[in-house]
Amino acid sequence: MTGKDPRAIIRMQDVTKFFGSFQALKGITTTINEGEFFSLLGPSGCGKTTLLRMIAGFDEPTDGAIYIGDEPMAGIPANQRPTNMVFQSYAIFPHLNVADNVGYGLKRKRMSRAEIAAEVEKSLAMVDLAGYGKRAAHELSGGQRQRVALARALVMRPKVVLLDEPLSALDKKLREQMQVELRQLQQSIGITFILVTHDQEEALIMSDRIAVMFEGQIEQVATPEQLYRHPVSRRVASFIGVMTLLDARATAQPGNTVRVDIPALGTVDLPAARVPEGIDLAKVEKIGVHPEMLTILQDEHETAERVVEAEVASRSYYGDMTYYSVLLPGANAPATISMRNTFGRSVIDPGAKVKVGWGQDSIILFK
Amino acid sequence: MRLSREGRQGLTLISPTLAYALVMLAAPLTMVVTFSFWTQNYLDLDTTLTLDNYREAWGTPIYQVLLLRSLKISLIVTFVTVLLAFPVAYFLSFKVKRRKALWLFLITIPFWTSYLLRVFLWKVILGYNGVLNSALMGMGFIDEPMTFLLYNLNAVVLTLAHAWAPFAILPIFVALEKIDRSLLEAAEDLGDGKIRQFFRVTLPLAMPGVVASTLIVLIPTIGDFITPKLVGGTDGLMIANMIQIQFGKANNAPLGAALAITSMLVVASISVVIFLAGKKFGGKVE
Repeated sequence: MTGKDPRAIIRMQDVTKFFGSFQALKGITTTINEGEFFSLLGPSGCGKTTLLRMIAGFDEPTDGAIYIGDEPMAGIPANQRPTNMVFQSYAIFPHLNVADNVGYGLKRKRMSRAEIAAEVEKSLAMVDLAGYGKRAAHELSGGQRQRVALARALVMRPKVVLLDEPLSALDKKLREQMQVELRQLQQSIGITFILVTHDQEEALIMSDRIAVMFEGQIEQVATPEQLYRHPVSRRVASFIGVMTLLDARATAQPGNTVRVDIPALGTVDLPAARVPEGIDLAKVEKIGVHPEMLTILQDEHETAERVVEAEVASRSYYGDMTYYSVLLPGANAPATISMRNTFGRSVIDPGAKVKVGWGQDSIILFK
Repeated sequence: MRLSREGRQGLTLISPTLAYALVMLAAPLTMVVTFSFWTQNYLDLDTTLTLDNYREAWGTPIYQVLLLRSLKISLIVTFVTVLLAFPVAYFLSFKVKRRKALWLFLITIPFWTSYLLRVFLWKVILGYNGVLNSALMGMGFIDEPMTFLLYNLNAVVLTLAHAWAPFAILPIFVALEKIDRSLLEAAEDLGDGKIRQFFRVTLPLAMPGVVASTLIVLIPTIGDFITPKLVGGTDGLMIANMIQIQFGKANNAPLGAALAITSMLVVASISVVIFLAGKKFGGKVE
């Protein structure tokens, strides 16, 4: 998507959904671009799966419209939409072998047996399952089932592939491997993928853009980096990564800067570029700090923009990283600081007095 | 043989049933098999082993006719019952959202009266001056009572199909309940409409239930003798009626035993064929 103007493949206009009196979606308006890996991220019950199912055609919006490639989808059933889904349970047909599962949708098209077999094999090769066609469904491992489900969707050559928490049933190692593989596969074939997930890390790793949803509404649509570095609200911030919230007050300064007064750290002037648009400075009560944006200075040579004295309360050792819980002066709750255990850096014991380095980039202001 | 603790526990648990099954099933069965190789001489039994009974059972036209008719009736009954049971089970599993237990309960209502009573009721409904004829005549649809209703093959089929319907519904219902609904969505997602979904996913996955229903209805109906006797007339008599006669009035238990064993073998081989066919059509289902 570099250089070219992104073209919309899916447009949603005020999509609303009621289940009885419960409003699952409260007016979703967004655009998903061609060739994009787009994630719908949110806690369970936020409406992300409902939205995906409406794109697939399993549910109809109560109000509003969904367009796929400029065509309105109202009244078009799932079996006639240019989308294919990878189900959370994978929904592998237990009475068919791998090849028949993958070729299931092709049997309806006017293709000869040989053509179908060739397409199936090509699709299986794409997901690293070449030669598995004769396997029975129950002989597959969880990861293989996931790949078959993906091959079954890809073989249909859909405009959009919909993935409903496809990795949640896999163990951690396999999940991480599949995240990378899925991303690479999507980039190499260039089809739009829409992923539903509640796992923020998964969304960050795989997506071009992420829509964060809460209670039936999209709160922010942004690239992973934007989302992580500049979450628009505390809700988004608390959902993306670990974040320490510190009491603060903000006041406007001449020259378009904002002065942020943080009792636990000190006072800092932020340039206009660092301040979210439409922020009401009078309402700012807390600022956010990511664990890696604070540093524990270990010897005299290490420097930082600003330094504050603190005490280590506890630590969690992860091997490559150590997460410290640090008591900042005047803060009511400890701040989390992550440090890479690089060469020459020793792990600090609880109770030690340390110098904590920070700067204006450490601070995140919310709307 | 040393048994593990669980092994002993398991044996203890099943031992009453096992003992009961051995005494009440295996022992009589052994007796019947033994009988079928003996000969009846008026009042006493000749215990020299012989195949004469089987020769007579397989060679005499009347027994062949009765066995074939039994087969035909029970196959028709099974076909009709399973065909009618499937939509009911489908409705229960897919369309009923709440109070499934209540619906299942309603299905078992026919069992509240005895089998014999239900057969008699059909007699009352289908008889010359029965409910059906009176009603149709009262409404002016027919001028004189229909006589093809009772005492023939149709009456047997109708009565048996009604009696066995719940037995056919339940296994199919269970099989349908086990189908993961996302499989149907996957089929729809891959381009299938409702009808194709049914034939490509629902039916193959319901096959174990259909096979179970088929066997549950087929096996007992071949051996039924109450219904044919009460509503079957002479055209509706089945092999079991002949076995009953041999053991009773005709006082030829060995021939009766040979007929019983013969029909058992026939049922068993048909069951195996149906089971294998179902497995092939339904594919591998864990």
